[in-house]
Amino acid sequence: MGGSGRESNVAQLSLRGIKKRFRETAVLHGIDLEIGDREFVVFVGPSGCGKSTLLRLIAGLDPITEGEFVLNGTRMNDVAPSRRGIAMVFQSYALYPHMDVYENMAFGARLMGLTKAEVEARIAEAARMLRLEALLKRKPRELSGGQRQRVAIGRALVRKPDVFLLDEPLSNLDAALRSEVRLEIARLHREIGGTMIYVTHDQVEAMTLADKIVVMNNGRIEQVGSPRDLYETPANTFVATFIGSPRMALVDVTRDGDRLAVANGGAVVTGALPDATSLKLGLRPDAVQLHRGAGSEGLSAKVEYTEYLGDNAYVYARLADGTLLSARTTPNDLFAPDEAVTVTVTPGAAHYFSAEDGRRLNP
Amino acid sequence: MSADATNYYDRKGILGALGRDGLLQVILIANTILMLAPIVIMVFSAFKTTPQIFQSPFGIPDFTQVQNFVKIWNETNFLRYLLNSFVVTAASMVLILTLGTMAAYALGRYAFSGASFILMFFIAGLTLPLKLAIIPLFMLMRDLSILNNQLSLIFVYTAMGLPSTIFIMTGFIRTLPNELEDAARMDGASEARIMWSIMLPLVRPAMVIAGIQNVVPIWNDFFFPLVFIQNDNLKTLPQGLTTFMGEYTTDWGVLFSGLTLSAAPIIIIYIVLSRQFIAGMTSGAIK
Repeated sequence: MGGSGRESNVAQLSLRGIKKRFRETAVLHGIDLEIGDREFVVFVGPSGCGKSTLLRLIAGLDPITEGEFVLNGTRMNDVAPSRRGIAMVFQSYALYPHMDVYENMAFGARLMGLTKAEVEARIAEAARMLRLEALLKRKPRELSGGQRQRVAIGRALVRKPDVFLLDEPLSNLDAALRSEVRLEIARLHREIGGTMIYVTHDQVEAMTLADKIVVMNNGRIEQVGSPRDLYETPANTFVATFIGSPRMALVDVTRDGDRLAVANGGAVVTGALPDATSLKLGLRPDAVQLHRGAGSEGLSAKVEYTEYLGDNAYVYARLADGTLLSARTTPNDLFAPDEAVTVTVTPGAAHYFSAEDGRRLNP
Repeated sequence: MSADATNYYDRKGILGALGRDGLLQVILIANTILMLAPIVIMVFSAFKTTPQIFQSPFGIPDFTQVQNFVKIWNETNFLRYLLNSFVVTAASMVLILTLGTMAAYALGRYAFSGASFILMFFIAGLTLPLKLAIIPLFMLMRDLSILNNQLSLIFVYTAMGLPSTIFIMTGFIRTLPNELEDAARMDGASEARIMWSIMLPLVRPAMVIAGIQNVVPIWNDFFFPLVFIQNDNLKTLPQGLTTFMGEYTTDWGVLFSGLTLSAAPIIIIYIVLSRQFIAGMTSGAIK
């Protein structure tokens, strides 16, 4: 039962039409997803989008209402969590508070029926990888947040699972530690090579760690793709505004020949256009330029404020129709609040979405 | 009004001299004296003869006078009673804590239809004046043929202790994070092992509270042994003491020494468990 898979550490996950209801409330409305071996997949989305629920269904902690979860060709719907070859790192770490670090890691390994020597060997290996050797005799309450996090990962590691599930593992850490542990997780994925499924609401974590990002919203998958795919060709306005910081501005425009016009706010040339008269124009900060004063060619806007970030700066300007737009500028190029500016767009850098359903339109 | 208030603060009353905390200290010290006085008098009287008790009830006795204790040792079944009390109390506590924790775990952790009804059913037990049911209980024990048998006491005490235990434990178990059980489930622990290896160590503080709450009334209970037990060899301490209270009606010294001996174990248990309880409170924190 999954045993042959465990040795070679191959993990092929298929989710087919997964639905989840808690009593009358539908949380997931049919999830179809293929996850390949050794992939680092990140589920990302706003709170309540169902990403943690999906993770718990894969773990086997909650029953699947409808649909099928197949791991390496075996249907897993009714298999006990510990027999799926899956280990999970919880958001609160969920370390057993009355056991020391060693016992925390040994608990699961012993329950797998391993010999004492094997348990010791695995813990020694995990402790070495996670630099926990000096902490093995400590209780969880004597550890810092980052150390607890490493113990939680170590506990998953000693079970040598095919699939690692990580539920918002960095959300309890402070900002400095967060980027450090993020690197560590990336390194671990390279070293042990298992399939990792990682849940977060932080798009920076998703972009930096993932081979494949699954963007979820309201119990549905909005788009699956590499970080580059999602950033460069977002499938709809939700993904477009969710990925990227500062977020993409969406402007309602009407087509006027080869120009796009904003209601009483001028018109702009953006390059090749899709075949639609009214659409949403998506502008990332690096796709626009600001010019001082009211010009004839471009969108008129008024500066609201400027964020100075050292190596560059973001200027937030409000268009005539009320849309707030951000533009990346050089730090030397600062604008005063309420200054009138004209916005032009780098040809080919804009995104277009249907005005009706927000779907991506290609020129 | 304001002038009065100024006057009040100007005056050096007891409140002014001691301050708020000082007053609190005085009240607490007075309370401590009130609580300890009966125990101290009991221990003092255990070392006095009856005439001495009446001559100087609060006087400090000669602690080398242990003839009362010797008398109890030689002339009564004291050891037997003590042993019976231990057996009955221990058996009841084991049953109460085992059954109570298991029931509370199920009620606190598994969502099943009727769970809240069962919890209400258990808690309703808190409101029942059990002693009113003594005649039906007597008949029940007679029909079960366990009159004059310690089982009758153990059953009644277990029933008496379960409601409060389940109430305390259910509330406590509900506060423990769910992710611990999920983690244990991922680790491959069975439900029984999750309860034994993960939950039980964590609920120890609550078990100690429930234990203290139950062990004192059971140890001191006089009513049920009086009704259910006639055989002298099966009597518990409080009941046994009345036997020699009858024989030594006038000998208050012996009675007090018996009381002292009977109270000693429970006071020691109480002190030990209190330490445990405080230790448990400070070490149980999760994050």
